[in-house]
Amino acid sequence: MPFLPFPLFTDVLLWLLMGAIALYVWYCSRKPHLGAPWARVFQSRTAAICAVVFGCYVAIGFADSLHFRVRLQQAAGSEGTPYSPAVLSVLDLALTHLRERRERTYSAPLATRLYAKEQFEIDGKPVRDFPRLRYGGARLQDEAERPRDIAARIGLGLFVAAFAAVLIGLAVKRLRRRRPQIPWSAGGATLLGVLAAALPVLFLSFEYHVFGTDKVGQDVLYQALKSIRISLIIGTLTTLVLLPLGMALGVMAGYFKGWIDDAIQYLYTTLNSIPGVLLIAAAVLMMQVVIDRHAEWFSTAEQRADLRLLVLCAILGLTSWTGLARLLRGEALKLSQLEYIQAAHAFGVADTRILTRHILPNVAHIVIIAMVMDFSGLVLAEAVLSYVGVGVDPATTSFGTMINAARLEMGREPIVWWSLAAAFVFMFVLVLAANLFADAVRDGFDPRVRMGFVPA
Amino acid sequence: MKPALRIHALNTVLDTPRGMVRAVDDVGFELRPGECFALVGESGSGKSMTALSIMRLLPEAGRIVGGEVDLDGLDLLGLPEAAMRSVRGRRIAMIFQEPSTALNPVLSVGRQIVEVMERHTELSREEAKRKALELLRSVGIPDAERRFEQYPFELSGGLKQRAMIAGALAVDPEVLIADEPTTALDVTIQAQILELLARLLRERGMALLLITHDLGIVARMAHRVAVMYAGEIVEIAEREAFMRAPQHPYSQKLFAALPSPRRRAGELAVIQGQVPPLTQEFRACRFAERCDQAFDRCRIEAPAMLEARPGQLARCHLREAGPAAPRAQSLGSHESIKTASGEGNVLLRIRDLQVHFPIRRGLLKRTVGYVRAVDGVSFELRAGRTLALVGESGSGKTTTGKAILQLIAPTAGSVRFADTELTTLSRAEIRPRRSAMQIIFQDPYGSLNPRMRVLEILLEGMRSLGIGRDEAERTARITRLLGEVGLPAEALGRYPHEFSGGQRQRIAIARALAVEPKLIVCDEPTSALDVSVQAQILNLLRALQQRLGIAYLFITHNIAVVEYLAHEVAVMYQGKIVEHGDVDRVLGAPAHPYTRELLAAVPTID
Repeated sequence: MPFLPFPLFTDVLLWLLMGAIALYVWYCSRKPHLGAPWARVFQSRTAAICAVVFGCYVAIGFADSLHFRVRLQQAAGSEGTPYSPAVLSVLDLALTHLRERRERTYSAPLATRLYAKEQFEIDGKPVRDFPRLRYGGARLQDEAERPRDIAARIGLGLFVAAFAAVLIGLAVKRLRRRRPQIPWSAGGATLLGVLAAALPVLFLSFEYHVFGTDKVGQDVLYQALKSIRISLIIGTLTTLVLLPLGMALGVMAGYFKGWIDDAIQYLYTTLNSIPGVLLIAAAVLMMQVVIDRHAEWFSTAEQRADLRLLVLCAILGLTSWTGLARLLRGEALKLSQLEYIQAAHAFGVADTRILTRHILPNVAHIVIIAMVMDFSGLVLAEAVLSYVGVGVDPATTSFGTMINAARLEMGREPIVWWSLAAAFVFMFVLVLAANLFADAVRDGFDPRVRMGFVPA
Repeated sequence: MKPALRIHALNTVLDTPRGMVRAVDDVGFELRPGECFALVGESGSGKSMTALSIMRLLPEAGRIVGGEVDLDGLDLLGLPEAAMRSVRGRRIAMIFQEPSTALNPVLSVGRQIVEVMERHTELSREEAKRKALELLRSVGIPDAERRFEQYPFELSGGLKQRAMIAGALAVDPEVLIADEPTTALDVTIQAQILELLARLLRERGMALLLITHDLGIVARMAHRVAVMYAGEIVEIAEREAFMRAPQHPYSQKLFAALPSPRRRAGELAVIQGQVPPLTQEFRACRFAERCDQAFDRCRIEAPAMLEARPGQLARCHLREAGPAAPRAQSLGSHESIKTASGEGNVLLRIRDLQVHFPIRRGLLKRTVGYVRAVDGVSFELRAGRTLALVGESGSGKTTTGKAILQLIAPTAGSVRFADTELTTLSRAEIRPRRSAMQIIFQDPYGSLNPRMRVLEILLEGMRSLGIGRDEAERTARITRLLGEVGLPAEALGRYPHEFSGGQRQRIAIARALAVEPKLIVCDEPTSALDVSVQAQILNLLRALQQRLGIAYLFITHNIAVVEYLAHEVAVMYQGKIVEHGDVDRVLGAPAHPYTRELLAAVPTID
């Protein structure tokens, strides 16, 4: 094989989660009362737009979650097949042109010259000037052609996007005939908008650094795209830790009451009164020591960074289940007073069965709303934690590490703004889409919004 | 006399996902000063929407599409919103059903009344306060100075409703709209509030629009009556004429569906079917599908308002042939209820039952006292008989019922069920005995899990208690049960939200019956239902008792239901039974002063 699949822990979990969601969708489609709220969600225009935007992020994230190692040329006399120590993902492969074309240091977006003066020789004379970039606009004979070249590439991108528009239009027409209640046109228009932005960027990226380069000359666009996976993992895998804890403890506290309730309440009140960042910092630093002591556990640097990411998810989950638990405790308290629960008691139904058959299905909507709403909060939390240095591995690029690096760049003269801007734009769109989608989900699931106030 | 408020051809629609609902359709009437005009109808008939349309306080989905609301020459529907705001509260005031949610919990009662005056008049703070105190006294709130400073949570339900009325009267409105003002209150408090409203009407000469579903309240309060059905007025008349001879078949049915001792021998009249969905445009009579007297013309042509007798209009083709006969005043004799075979053995024997809830305070949750919810209750119930437990809210009726089923652990006393003492048994030991005693709840919306299909709901108890050998036998039994409670077999695959309140209550009854109980505790099973649906459920309960010999412990505050259904009655007051005996004896010749007060407070139609 020319490559060796090399799944990281987070890859496996992310794909498993994807599978679980697919199962849930299949299950919902068979149960009308479970499917109905989702159908309501996707009838909203906002939800359709956000789903498309979010879908693009997810596609990039998942392409970045298929890791492998490339086979190296067999050295003479050695045994076995050697594989490169570098772990690559499908996304890396697709973005090879961005990944491998490193400049010496900072360069501005779409620049042809470096952002720092250097000493070099022209015609044997030493000159101190901004040197031409190694790759950015290197093919241009004359720098004066740059605007025309850029315009041509944008035009080409838009032309391809226009071609895609026809295809999208046809697809929308067909889909609208099958499911007229879903706002396909809004989704299609969004997809077209995304393509109209992405395709020119793509064509530009073959020749230029669209978002410039960072201190070590790495393409900022590449870093931003790589950061998406980290955000998705933090936003989703954390809920895997958070959900079981929050659901089990919250529902149990509300249903059993008495000393169980007291114990769980004391637990989360105590946990809540410790500053979150402090707790996370302590846990992360402890974990760092463990990882450093056991270097033999990891065959590659990626594996080490990945474990750190996974543990960060777990720590975030362990410290943030309290909100959900408190919500569910209140709801379970209310539900356990309802008459159908009392009727179940009158039939002598066992507690575990009441919890699973009567309470859990009736708090499911709260769990879903909380999960979707937590996502954006967790993405932002990662940025903050990485900024203060207790987040992901420093070698990993995430929005947080990009912003952290920008701390120095903003203080520099002349200012380097593009790293921060790129991280900001990508994260802002992701969080905004997630938030708006969460609103649509809440509107779809919340019975009060649905009924409105209609007096007798 | 010049009307205070004239409503003409009012049309209000609600935009819902299912389509446009014509909630109020061509409604017209007038309110005269000093007069109480009652708007009667079952839930969903559009009475509240009419009131909200007059106030222009419709929910977001609602809009008024036509008509006139004329307040002494001022067309309210044409006013800009700012001008309307000075009409609301100033010239038309409104009081709501639930006093506990209609008052702002963070403002003192007095502050809320003064606020109304400050908004609408030029009174100074001092004058406003003096006037508010005067108002609080005039609505019969004792110790007005203290109450003025208190917050809503410190007041009882009756006092809160009085404070609401005081607030509504703060600036002498010409029209007062009362939307079910006493439905949330106990019957003795209800009597006081109705008395207060009648007095204020006499003294102040305002017009009162009273919205209610209770014909007893109509008989007591109203000068004129309009009956609403499916968004339109079907009958409008003077009170005496209406009570003597209702002209529309729907009004006649409403009277016939009321339980009363005279109907004890037979079944109550029921109105078949349901209110038609208001999303359609009606071309025929709206009541035709449910009417016994319908004929061909009713299904083709919508009837106009006909004057059956001077001053009494009804929307029915039949009235072309002349007025309907007066209501039959005495249907049957005071027969006692037929009882089923197998009656006789004492099934349930309660001795000195006590349920005390500890009041805990402080960090360590020390018990500082007890709420004596049930304080020494004793009675016996024989198989196949019905004992009605009557009392006001907080008297401990429901707690007694739940303590008997061991859903709440009794503090002391004995509950012997079929010669087994239940209070000393462990949870596991009670479990096999649970099938013999079941419970039906008040709220048909809260008593069924919305996430389970009817089949699963009915199977749950049977599975848990091991009734039936296998699934096939259970399913067969369930299918038979559905027929018994009058539901179609395809109901099994559906979810509770697809059923109406009455049908849900039937499902709840089927669920209880599924485990073959000998005793069913019925906790206000009909108080959330409309009169016509209540009649269906009462008929069903009685038929089941006669066929299966089930004993009922019937918890209720509705005396009419007691008279109709019960063999014996026990009156509860503050956790104790103050009077207990045969239903005819207790209701006919009450011995205890509380029973007498309770019975006197019940509004009756005769």
